[in-house]
Amino acid sequence: MSVLTIKDVTKLFPGGTKAVDSFSLEVADGELVCLLGPSGSGKSTLLRMVGGFEQPTSGLITIDGQDITHMPPEKRPTGMVFQSHALWTHMDVFKNLAFGLKLRRLPADEIKRRVEAVLELVGLGGYGSRRVTQLSGGQQQRVALARSLVLEPKILLLDEPFASLDQHLRERLREEVRDIQQRVGITTLFVTHGQDEALSMADRIVVMRDGRTEQIDRPDVVYRDPQTPFVAGFIGTMNLIEGTVSNGTFTRASFSHPLAVADGPATLAIRPEALDLVAAEPGAAKVHRVTDYGTHGLLDLNLPDGTRVKAMVDHPGQFKNGQGVNLAPRAVAAYRDNKQIFRSEA
Amino acid sequence: MSAPSIKVSQPIDWTGIAFAVILTLVIVFPLLVVGTWAFTNVWRFPSVIPQEFGLKFWYQTLARADVWSSITMSLTLATTVTVLSAIICLPAAYAFARLDFPGRDILFFSFLAGHAFPKFGLLVAIAGIFLQLNLIGTFWGVVLIQLVGTLLFMIWIPVAAFQAVDRRMEEAARDVGASPLRVFWSITLPQAGPTIAAALLLSFVGTFYETEGAWLIGAPQVRTLPVLMISFINNQPVIQYGAVLSVLLWVPSFIALLFARRVVNSGSFAKGFGA
Ligand SMILES: Nc1ncnc2c1ncn2[C@@H]1O[C@H](COP(=O)(O)OP(=O)(O)OP(=O)(O)O)[C@@H](O)[C@H]1O
Ligand SMILES: [Mg+2]
Repeated sequence: MSVLTIKDVTKLFPGGTKAVDSFSLEVADGELVCLLGPSGSGKSTLLRMVGGFEQPTSGLITIDGQDITHMPPEKRPTGMVFQSHALWTHMDVFKNLAFGLKLRRLPADEIKRRVEAVLELVGLGGYGSRRVTQLSGGQQQRVALARSLVLEPKILLLDEPFASLDQHLRERLREEVRDIQQRVGITTLFVTHGQDEALSMADRIVVMRDGRTEQIDRPDVVYRDPQTPFVAGFIGTMNLIEGTVSNGTFTRASFSHPLAVADGPATLAIRPEALDLVAAEPGAAKVHRVTDYGTHGLLDLNLPDGTRVKAMVDHPGQFKNGQGVNLAPRAVAAYRDNKQIFRSEA
Repeated sequence: MSAPSIKVSQPIDWTGIAFAVILTLVIVFPLLVVGTWAFTNVWRFPSVIPQEFGLKFWYQTLARADVWSSITMSLTLATTVTVLSAIICLPAAYAFARLDFPGRDILFFSFLAGHAFPKFGLLVAIAGIFLQLNLIGTFWGVVLIQLVGTLLFMIWIPVAAFQAVDRRMEEAARDVGASPLRVFWSITLPQAGPTIAAALLLSFVGTFYETEGAWLIGAPQVRTLPVLMISFINNQPVIQYGAVLSVLLWVPSFIALLFARRVVNSGSFAKGFGA
């Protein structure tokens, strides 16, 4: 049973960068939470504060109720996996894994047993005597994971562990890590700026921007119901159309859509897959480009004022460049002042 | 019918050849002469080659007590200086490389600046101080002066080596429970190892061969092998003593060179300088 609590944590770097800004989060026992956000949004800084490598300027971090805010990293019950595996190249795989156990003065046979067990767990049984430099990138990252797991930390921290790997390997390791995490049942905080990584692995996603939380929710909720235009634009593909609402109708150029909110400016969010098209001349928009993916097609449309809109269609063959279409959204959300003001389900 | 010639006749590079010949003469010839003298029993003018080769002067040289005591002296001195220098300089280098403290840059620069002065002038000044401290003619006086000589590369090279160590590796070690001291010992030092070994080697060899400081501070009580060699060359009518000692002195530097080559080839030496 291990719960990580981050309360009102702020990190101000000398020089004035506010990397993390009054951030709060509670990670439940056995949960995997992804920190997702663009570059520079403070994900690594937050993770490093939990690991003890940065000191929060203010705020509180606890594990199972114990205050660890100012504890040095070697005293913390956390295990960190770095982006650049950070394995010790002057030791072989076994020694890398045994180092932490030796510091804990475990008997040699116990160390051997635990190292071999964890190597099995990450699928590298029998690799103990290999030099770190003789491993592939994926294997190195598995060893790095094993090095943390072998100490049975209460909290596992991963900072973009697959960022340096190729797409294919990344997807495979992602599944493996998720699998191991669930089997061991370890509370995990995972940093990524890849949305598919977050969507496929996480129990919950924290979307960060400029050191602050934009939204914390289950992946499907973050995808279906983004709370801010930033989240809407960051996760998946989303049409974000700026316009004005008057008398219950949203208008942008030749496109209008009923929207039951107070008059004023608004941003309308429509997923490409929730946008139906009806052939019409001249139509609200013109087809700019048709891309056929085999299973479906993606259309780039232009409003008369140049606004780009994407739509997903089942039969791209029906559409030609330059053709006019009317837009019929099945589901929309609307934002004003960075807050959601309207949402309709398909 | 003439087949087109594959070999394009190149103009002969006379300048290159001239350089090669001159270099060979300047470097190899003196070595050859010294080497020959060392194994010569009789060599009288005007003969071009010695009348009699032999090991006579090796026996004579190695039978001298002052030769043996100076060999022991040189080895003890070089070892002592290298060990002391490592104890003082490695932690200092780590501090320069990793920690941020007030006056860091000025202090680092002052280490280097000491070597910008004309060396002999500096030595004479130090000798004056040592005279008052009764350090002239003592082993520890020589150790001290040699120690100063090693500071430059025993700080500079390890600083570069420590800076080249991946900080994430050190953090990973903290993460699994190692104290900062333990991280230094088990991660940083081994990672910087080959480059630091090269610095230690330089320190040892540099001390072993240093003559000015050793002579100025140590004479006449403390006599290292190179100092003895110089006095042989200056004062002995028999050339062979000096020649034998020269060949003897060549051995440790050759071993050091072989060792250094391995270190440099391993690439980490260059990495230490950020290459
Ligand atoms: N040691 C430091 N000193 C000063 N500023 C820093 C330091 N580390 C990070 N920052 C700043 O803090 C902000 C957040 O950085 P952080 O590394 O946490 O971002 P990130 O979300 O991990 O980005 P990325 O996805 O690129 O890794 C950035 O503006 C960065 O420049
Ligand atoms: Mg980062």
